[in-house]
Amino acid sequence: MVGHIVTFVQHLQAHARQLPRLGRAGSAFLLALLLVMVGTGQALAQAPEGTANANPTLTTMLGITMGVLGVGLLTAVLISFVVWATGTRNPLIPTDEEMEHSFRRYFWFSVDHKVIGIQYFWTSLFFFFIGGLMALLVRWELAQPGLTFTPDQYNQFFTMHATIMIFLFIIPMLVGAFGNYAVPLMVGTFDMAFPKLNALSYWLVPPGALIIMAGFLAESGTAKAGWTSYPPVALQGGAGQMLWLLGVFVLGWSSIVGGMNFLVTIMNMRTKGVHYFRLPLFVWAIATTAVLAVLGTPSLAAAVTLQFMNIAFGFPFFDAAKGGNPLMWQHVFWFYSHPAVYIMILPAFGIVSEIIPVFSRKPLFGYRALVYATAGIGVLSFLVWAHHMFASAMFPWLRIPFMLTTMLIAVPTGIKIFNWLGTLAFGKIRLETPMLFSLALVSMFVIGGISGVFLGSVPVDLHLHDTYFVVAHIHYVLFGGSAFAIFGGIYYWFPKMFGRMLNESLGKIHFWLSFIGFNVAFLPMHAVGALGMPRRYADYDIAFTELNLTISIGAFLLGFAQLILIYNMLRAFQVGKVAPANPWNARTLEWLTTSPPPHYNFEEPLTVDHDPYDYGRRISSPEALPVPGD
Amino acid sequence: MAKQSNHEAHVGHVTSPTTYLIAAGALFVLTALTVGAAFVDLGPLNDLVALLIAGTKAAIIIVVFMHGRYTSGITRLAMVAGLIWLALLILGVMDDYLTRDWLMTPS
Repeated sequence: MVGHIVTFVQHLQAHARQLPRLGRAGSAFLLALLLVMVGTGQALAQAPEGTANANPTLTTMLGITMGVLGVGLLTAVLISFVVWATGTRNPLIPTDEEMEHSFRRYFWFSVDHKVIGIQYFWTSLFFFFIGGLMALLVRWELAQPGLTFTPDQYNQFFTMHATIMIFLFIIPMLVGAFGNYAVPLMVGTFDMAFPKLNALSYWLVPPGALIIMAGFLAESGTAKAGWTSYPPVALQGGAGQMLWLLGVFVLGWSSIVGGMNFLVTIMNMRTKGVHYFRLPLFVWAIATTAVLAVLGTPSLAAAVTLQFMNIAFGFPFFDAAKGGNPLMWQHVFWFYSHPAVYIMILPAFGIVSEIIPVFSRKPLFGYRALVYATAGIGVLSFLVWAHHMFASAMFPWLRIPFMLTTMLIAVPTGIKIFNWLGTLAFGKIRLETPMLFSLALVSMFVIGGISGVFLGSVPVDLHLHDTYFVVAHIHYVLFGGSAFAIFGGIYYWFPKMFGRMLNESLGKIHFWLSFIGFNVAFLPMHAVGALGMPRRYADYDIAFTELNLTISIGAFLLGFAQLILIYNMLRAFQVGKVAPANPWNARTLEWLTTSPPPHYNFEEPLTVDHDPYDYGRRISSPEALPVPGD
Repeated sequence: MAKQSNHEAHVGHVTSPTTYLIAAGALFVLTALTVGAAFVDLGPLNDLVALLIAGTKAAIIIVVFMHGRYTSGITRLAMVAGLIWLALLILGVMDDYLTRDWLMTPS
């Protein structure tokens, strides 16, 4: 393994020598990013805790002024990007054609959807490991009763774990990386509808991430009110909390821009013969997700703006002492954040819907039902948000409609599960790594879904609210669901993206260690939760010692397993088998071009006369398809 | 006529600077009105007046600056969807906000 790492580093060094000077524009951009990060962090650190309740002193005002300047600087940087994006300016920036075959295109403002997809891919993967590190710090603390870190540090770890995993890993990986890479190929076109907007949506992610991370430089530490940032606790957060709000705002902006782009691409850029009911399920999932992002994210933007003004300028929005309403935050926040759960799971369902027919050699069972179920989940996701607030002393009768809509979501979800099972039934099943991870999603998501029905029921929720049962539920959904689908997607599309095959044996080891580690870590959480252990506390009753130690061991095993994935990828770049155009004998359009595809994806415009999942039908054996490079 | 609308559909409607200036002027006047209204106590009408002025301003921006008047079909649908979703949010929040006092709590 050491040998591979050394070779990889030498590989990077060789490419680094080819990097040109970044040029004035690039240096200005990087300098501005650095200033935003350090300047805003340090400036806001001047603001004392709980600014909202303090008299504005000179240092406070200075901090706020510098913070505003930092945001202004960021805006200036983004505007200059737009100036560049509109055309004529900046001869310093090499064009895509100039760097088509150069490694450095991954470090610049490329407008090629495949490059942007790969930029998203590595960025998200990097943050997966940072977020994972935070999780392991949490589990290190909870492995034994008593305190290793201070409660304040512990609060920062779990807050940043969730923030990073949600906003910087799952969403950018599923929508940004796979969506960007696969959707234009799957609809048979040469790029996204708005390539420059696409570049903007990626390049908003690093500043957003840096702003959130800058919280670690603040005197009082980073955000520590949980990723849900409920007032009144969040209002006491000071600088770290303000940076968190700013960063989330910028990431939300990226999400909206990306969502619009996907919608226009899917509506207007389909190649000849690809009508709506010939779209692969993954494209349907991304379209639904885009609708959720476009309609829901403005609500999050409003919520974080109001909370920022509350903390920074003492506005009364969520401050009960000034006549504000802390519960208002929960409404406006969850109006986005519950659909956000579906933003994180629908593309995962889409990936599984791609993989299962390919590895069962059967048409997808109930294609149209799956499409309607996807859209149905999308619509219902906006009608359930108050189920997060059952314990908030809302008028009791009002909880019932939200309970019913929550239960109703089990119907389209059940349709999906049964359709996958119907696809598997009597299929010629090949248990390769992408399939293993997809089957893991189907089984683990059933557990996560059913515990969701428990939590959707008012009387049960009142007992389980804010216990480890909720933590178990969300991890069965977001790790057992989204993350397993992401791993499946990596094994499935890696050959297309990078032109190399991943090692199958290493993939299987990665799968089994992840699957075992995952269940050892999260299954006992149901028990500790039902027994009453609350979440978000740094210490616990000694009665929970054994179960917590087990959970921590599972978590560390799960963390270790992910190193195998990284090793497998590095190894593939060095000695991996060169990928053919269609290694899985799949029928969706991305496999009709070379691996990786050329600059404009297809040699000539496609005309499609078959459905995406025609496996096993006599008229359409995969061998009959023209496959370049095979 | 048909030729003209075909042309418009292709390049998009071009709004004259005068229209923009009038719309911008109206926004400034309405902003002044908002500030003015803040100094007059209208009792229960305070919120209503403020929201009416804000709504008018938003409408001017959507119709003129966002070309809401000249777009059609799916773009208009997208604009309406935003409004419906806002209504949905307000409806859900007001459900809770207006009924919270109904809960009898021991005093």
